[in-house]
Amino acid sequence: MTSERANPQTLSALDRPNSYIGKTVPRPNLDRLMQGRGLYVSDIELPRMAHVVFLRSPHAHARIVGIETSAAKQMTGVIAVVSGRELSTVITPWVGVLSHLKGLKSAPQSAIAVDRVCWQGEAVAAVVAASRAQAEDAAEHVLVEYEELHAVTDMRTALDPATPVIHASLGDNLAFERIHDAGAVDQAFAESDEVVEAEFVFGRHTGVTLEPRAVVADWNAAEARLTIYQGTQAPHMVQNIAALHLGLKESQVRVVCKDVGGSFGIKVHIYADEMATYALSKLLRRPVKFVADRVESFNTDIHARDHRCKGKIGVKRDGTIMAFEIDDLTGIGPYSMYPRTSAIEANQVVNLVGGPYVTGNYRARARVVFQNKNVMCQYRAVGHPIACSVTEGLVDLAAMKIAMDPVEIRRRNLIADDAYPCASPSGLRFEQLSHHATLAKLVQMMDYDALRAEQAALRARNIHRGIGIASFIEVTNPSAAFYGVGGAKISSQDGVAVRVDAQGSVICQTSITEQGQGSESLTAQIVGSVLGVSMDRVRVILGDTDNTPYGGGTWASRGAGIGGEAALQAAKVLRKNILDVAAAVLQSTPSELDIVNNAVVNVVDGAPRIDLSELARIVYFRPDTLPPGIQPELMATRHFVPREYPFAFTNGVQASWLELDPDTGFVKLLKHWVVEDCGTIINPQLVDEQIRGGVVQGLGAALFEKCVYDERGQLTNANMADYLVPMSGEMPDIDVGHVVTPTLESELGAKGAGEAGTAGAAAAVTNAVNDALRPFETIITEIPLTPQVILTALGRI
Amino acid sequence: MTATVAIALRVNGELVEANVLPRLNLADFLREHLKLTGTHVGCEHGVCGACTIRINGDIIRSCLMLAVQAHNAAIETIEGVSDSGEIADLQSAFRERNALQCGFCTPGMLMAAQDLLKQSPCPDREQIREHLSGNYCRCTGYQAIVDAIESTARTRTGRWP
Repeated sequence: MTSERANPQTLSALDRPNSYIGKTVPRPNLDRLMQGRGLYVSDIELPRMAHVVFLRSPHAHARIVGIETSAAKQMTGVIAVVSGRELSTVITPWVGVLSHLKGLKSAPQSAIAVDRVCWQGEAVAAVVAASRAQAEDAAEHVLVEYEELHAVTDMRTALDPATPVIHASLGDNLAFERIHDAGAVDQAFAESDEVVEAEFVFGRHTGVTLEPRAVVADWNAAEARLTIYQGTQAPHMVQNIAALHLGLKESQVRVVCKDVGGSFGIKVHIYADEMATYALSKLLRRPVKFVADRVESFNTDIHARDHRCKGKIGVKRDGTIMAFEIDDLTGIGPYSMYPRTSAIEANQVVNLVGGPYVTGNYRARARVVFQNKNVMCQYRAVGHPIACSVTEGLVDLAAMKIAMDPVEIRRRNLIADDAYPCASPSGLRFEQLSHHATLAKLVQMMDYDALRAEQAALRARNIHRGIGIASFIEVTNPSAAFYGVGGAKISSQDGVAVRVDAQGSVICQTSITEQGQGSESLTAQIVGSVLGVSMDRVRVILGDTDNTPYGGGTWASRGAGIGGEAALQAAKVLRKNILDVAAAVLQSTPSELDIVNNAVVNVVDGAPRIDLSELARIVYFRPDTLPPGIQPELMATRHFVPREYPFAFTNGVQASWLELDPDTGFVKLLKHWVVEDCGTIINPQLVDEQIRGGVVQGLGAALFEKCVYDERGQLTNANMADYLVPMSGEMPDIDVGHVVTPTLESELGAKGAGEAGTAGAAAAVTNAVNDALRPFETIITEIPLTPQVILTALGRI
Repeated sequence: MTATVAIALRVNGELVEANVLPRLNLADFLREHLKLTGTHVGCEHGVCGACTIRINGDIIRSCLMLAVQAHNAAIETIEGVSDSGEIADLQSAFRERNALQCGFCTPGMLMAAQDLLKQSPCPDREQIREHLSGNYCRCTGYQAIVDAIESTARTRTGRWP
């Protein structure tokens, strides 16, 4: 099932003796985290550091009539109490739009609300004190008078003429609309034997990173420099935005990102309270620390999903899918998030629906509306779970209608593995996917036929088990097409600098970041393999705008594919530079020499000629002994960005096996399978664990996670006791398999794997639940699949 | 303001004396007063397990206990059990199995895992999952953690080379 490509260059660079590529090796520096000796932002303390607590609006929509701060300012330890208007003297507002999302509009947003609050949880004042406890005490003595305004909460009525417009200057509550029409949709439906329609409902949920968002901002007035310690996925983006809105040059802002307690897209945005913290540091000329508490996290970390999507599929009796049509509606809160905007998810839904299948007939509308709830934006697998659940739900409904097996209908409609390159109905270009190979492998791994037999036997005993299948495509390795073309200063290229130190060890600086995926490991594996240096002698530095090349960071499954290729190319140059010097020292030629196990050796017989440590000693301390004209360069830098394809699509398929109790509505997950194709696999264990972690995030969305708002825009379950997340007891073991189709855009051939698990998990579970529900003749197209939803569908409550 | 209270306790074998406000929780005391930042704060209301520590031999959520309640107690944190070597094999199994990604849950997860293995030397996967059911991990999906604990149990009981 593995497809290989003939690229001799790749073979020489990566398939070397002692190569780490394709090997499971432990990640460097895990001991630090396991011994409690990491350095998360919440651990950081600086001299003169103050703590900020934000007073937040209890109303979803209200006018701020007045803020009384005098009592709070008198309290012990209080350094300042700052309103939005006062803070606006040091930081400018922003508007979250991008020019390539045509028609996208939003209103100016301030670091702290000025005159009006637009969601429950928006900050209205900052209280800065010597300790957090003192700041919290003082916050209770800040008096804010509000005049409550009508809260727009239901996205279904947000565009009604009777509904108040949240931002009068925008004219209406429509942030963005995209319409797409390809092929001959009406004709295709007319020629279909069956047409099935359903409305798919997705709960609003959020990331629940275990470490809440946190930032320490340190404005040094004497240096005129701001250092921001933040657990961000995109340090250079933060640098750019902070400088822009504080009136600084980028060279005056340094962003340092040490250990990060979970991100998943939550920490790739710029939040108002983080901007306020930067500004407060500048205003107060001292370090200021903000750490969100859990309630604040639920009320201000971006939410995601919250879509209602009507879907329609036409199918022939032989299983041929004739057309897809969707009408998607999503509510994003009062502002489009900055700087990536809140239109990307709906845009992705339009892009991805129907993506795995042959039919070219596809019509879509997506509307994005404002509402008085917390902001919504990109979270792991942006748009993919929506598109996958709608597509795969429709395919299963069609199969059910024509009494065809779910695997069979997919076999008949998935794009053939030899049909590439080709494009999706929404115009996405696919380089090379492997839907049929992955499906075949999945069917074999799960022993599909045996499972069907077991299901039938158990059903006779009134035990209701279900099998759900979901094929998916995943956007990875994004080029400038994602953000850069729309005017955002978010780099799509990454850079890596590699150098040999004076003892022959290697230091590698990369612009991708680490949040636990294994960026450090994959960089060290690639560099070590290309250079012939053991991994324990490669040190990777990341997460510091002063000390890494410029680049995008880690998001949208880009670290391995883009940052990894930059590491490969930089290491190749350094290797050549090392061999040039070695040849001069050894009176040989570079082509006769190789580097293996930290030493320069003869190509012919592998005999060691000189240790790298000895070569480094000569280069750095005895250059006088080198032949004339030789200037060693034991450092090299390379950058990389994909140019041919806007995105490197990956593909895969998931299956869920579960048991449903029709009396209680409980779903027990028994097993989950994933087969995916992320191209070259650098570290199989890390890829598998990305997939598993992603799946479990998708399972959370499928079964548990939902931000429950009441009709007045109050988030009613903003804590971890009421907002349920997947815990170890409910999660199944997950088997992961791979098909390998490297991308030819890079020598490394790696595509991303970060979103694949999340993309298809909920679709597989929903399809499995509906499969289990077959004897009851009811269909559910809503997640999370809580006992209440299931019992309601069964007519039992 | 309420007066501070004098407490004395043993933390990772060292005697600690401090004057603390009655409202100070134990997690904040460990992190902010003793700078033992390996104990993490995730939810601040006893759900996520990131602040799990050992007090007089039992694991507890340090965010749900006040520092003054720890007077005269013997506390062990992740720093202590790491330095003593008590969980070196467990940590090694976590490393080999990549049973952590961001690492924020890991100190609490290791404390909970060690507690299980002390109580029940050969737990099955179901028991492991049950014992960890109060420790939230957003990154791994738990399987690697269960694997690492299972293999440690096997090694400790000699059922695995």
